[in-house]
Amino acid sequence: MKEENTEASPICGPPSAAEISRRRFLARLSFVVGGVGALTLAVPIISFIVAPFFVRTKEVWRSVGKIDSFKIGETTAVKYEDASPLPWAGVTARSAAWLRRVNADTFIAFSINCTHLGCPVRWLAEANLFMCPCHGGVYYQDGTVAAGPPPLPLARYPVRVKDGEVQIQTAPIPITKK
Amino acid sequence: MFQRIFTRIRDWVDDRTGLPEAVGKMARHLVPPDAKWWYVFGSATLCAFMIQVISGIALAFSYIPSASEAYSTLQFISDQAPFGHFLRGLHYYGASAMVLMVGLHMAQVFLFGSYKFPRELNWATGVLLLGFTLIMGFTGQLLRWDQNAVWSVVVAAEQTGRVPFIGKWLAHFTLGGDTVGGATLTRFFVVHVFIMPGLIFAFVGLHLWLVLRHGISEPPKPGQLVDPKTYRQEYKELIAKRGRPFWPDVAWRDLVFCVAMIVVIAALGLIFGAPQLEKPPDPSIIAASPRPDWYLLWYFGVLALLPHGSEKYFMVFGPLLVGMLLIALPFLSNRGERSPRRRPWAVAAVLMTVVMIATLWVEGANSPWSPNFNAPPLPPSIVGATNGPVFIGAQLFHAKACLNCHLIGDDGGRRGPDLTDVANRLSKNQMILRISNGGVNMPAYAANLAPAEMDALVAFLQSRKIQRR
Repeated sequence: MKEENTEASPICGPPSAAEISRRRFLARLSFVVGGVGALTLAVPIISFIVAPFFVRTKEVWRSVGKIDSFKIGETTAVKYEDASPLPWAGVTARSAAWLRRVNADTFIAFSINCTHLGCPVRWLAEANLFMCPCHGGVYYQDGTVAAGPPPLPLARYPVRVKDGEVQIQTAPIPITKK
Repeated sequence: MFQRIFTRIRDWVDDRTGLPEAVGKMARHLVPPDAKWWYVFGSATLCAFMIQVISGIALAFSYIPSASEAYSTLQFISDQAPFGHFLRGLHYYGASAMVLMVGLHMAQVFLFGSYKFPRELNWATGVLLLGFTLIMGFTGQLLRWDQNAVWSVVVAAEQTGRVPFIGKWLAHFTLGGDTVGGATLTRFFVVHVFIMPGLIFAFVGLHLWLVLRHGISEPPKPGQLVDPKTYRQEYKELIAKRGRPFWPDVAWRDLVFCVAMIVVIAALGLIFGAPQLEKPPDPSIIAASPRPDWYLLWYFGVLALLPHGSEKYFMVFGPLLVGMLLIALPFLSNRGERSPRRRPWAVAAVLMTVVMIATLWVEGANSPWSPNFNAPPLPPSIVGATNGPVFIGAQLFHAKACLNCHLIGDDGGRRGPDLTDVANRLSKNQMILRISNGGVNMPAYAANLAPAEMDALVAFLQSRKIQRR
């Protein structure tokens, strides 16, 4: 290591008061200039990364089938496309729901996500139960908890009948807060 | 003549870069003479990480991080690309080795009391690296982008969603939107391929810098206490008196162990290959049974076995608390005895952790809490009747999904009690009561069974008797 150029070296002598003040100023100046540079880059970059989280998806109604194709008292899996999938989403743009026809003009659309940890519950038609493959959560046909760890009934999606078609409104994956 | 040219070139590079001098100084730094095979796990972790970097870069030559294409590129790598299946296996078993070696390294450092003064920050950076390694494991599983990956993202989002106040935002962040979709995979790709490896490189650098700064800890001797006032002087004297250059006196063991590990990983990759791809990542395919890879399977067990209702606290504060406790360890106790022979509680803590994780791991692998959706109807040999109430009851037992959770002989699920000999335990009335009302983990069937069906079901169950001799 060469020591000649450090301030403690006898050749330069102790720095004068003016020199110390100048160095302090230069150090601060460097920090300020560096900070400006960092901000210039950080604002657009961070905005780009987090912006998608502040975009509100406009939910839409999706037809899932003719009203006559659902029998009263039965629960069937229906598939539909998410509200506004990205062009490269591929099969991940699809969503599913369990659609129950309660009577002639009442439908319930259940989320397939177990309220425990979100795994896809299966409908067991003969047993009249939804059962979760992950941790054994069970729900009755109306979505209320029958057994196991789920803290809440199955979430429901808005559903309507329009022009003879059953339509489900797209929605975010329900996230249990409880 | 060639040798002379070579020497001249070498000397020139030495002079202009100064690297051989600096690197040589680091490589030949003096270490305690007794640091032998116990000390290989740290370098083995680094070795596994390098395997991951190299095999990961190779995989990236064919992988497309797009929600619509990733799955088919994985199919291509697995089925068509030369050595593709092997490469995936290498990356998978390399990850497994890295998790395993981090664990062993940590256990060794803890047992030897090496985290004590002045190596507190060696430990703390190591804990962070453990966390990064687990994040790499989880995100890596997701990049497989099959059905299991998609549902694992949803499960992860549900867990982050339990965080107070910002949970919803975090869940949104995890999914990259409202649902699994085009934005989901790219985020995990960036985390797995850029952010986490960058952090690991940086923290490995810091970790190694600290190792050089404080020196490799000497193997502990019972009764030799760490006193922050005198430790540094004692270590300096030990090294001055008996220190050995790391290269090559000690490093050869690291090398031998690392190469042995590479051979084992490559063999596993060749023989077993990577985990099979599951169904495509279509969230509308409902028949899915998501499971984490083995290194997080024990945590899957934890989530299943927690008392109902405690999950929301545990999922958030459990990992946080464990992480904080681990980081805090050397700050809570940084002096005194280092030898495991005089620290029975340290040994007990390691043993208990190993037993706990092993037990949860076995439970997670068997997952008795998961209903068995594939149980076939009971064969006549077990039912013992081909008509009448017992036969009808047996059919109902299958149709009403009782068999999904209860065992009859070897058939069925393990969620609820084994009912092979239930008639030895419960009377007819007790059965009716239980079936009608259900329990914590059993649905109430009162509204779900006609009286005649209940009678048949109970008749079947009453026939489940084992004659005791």
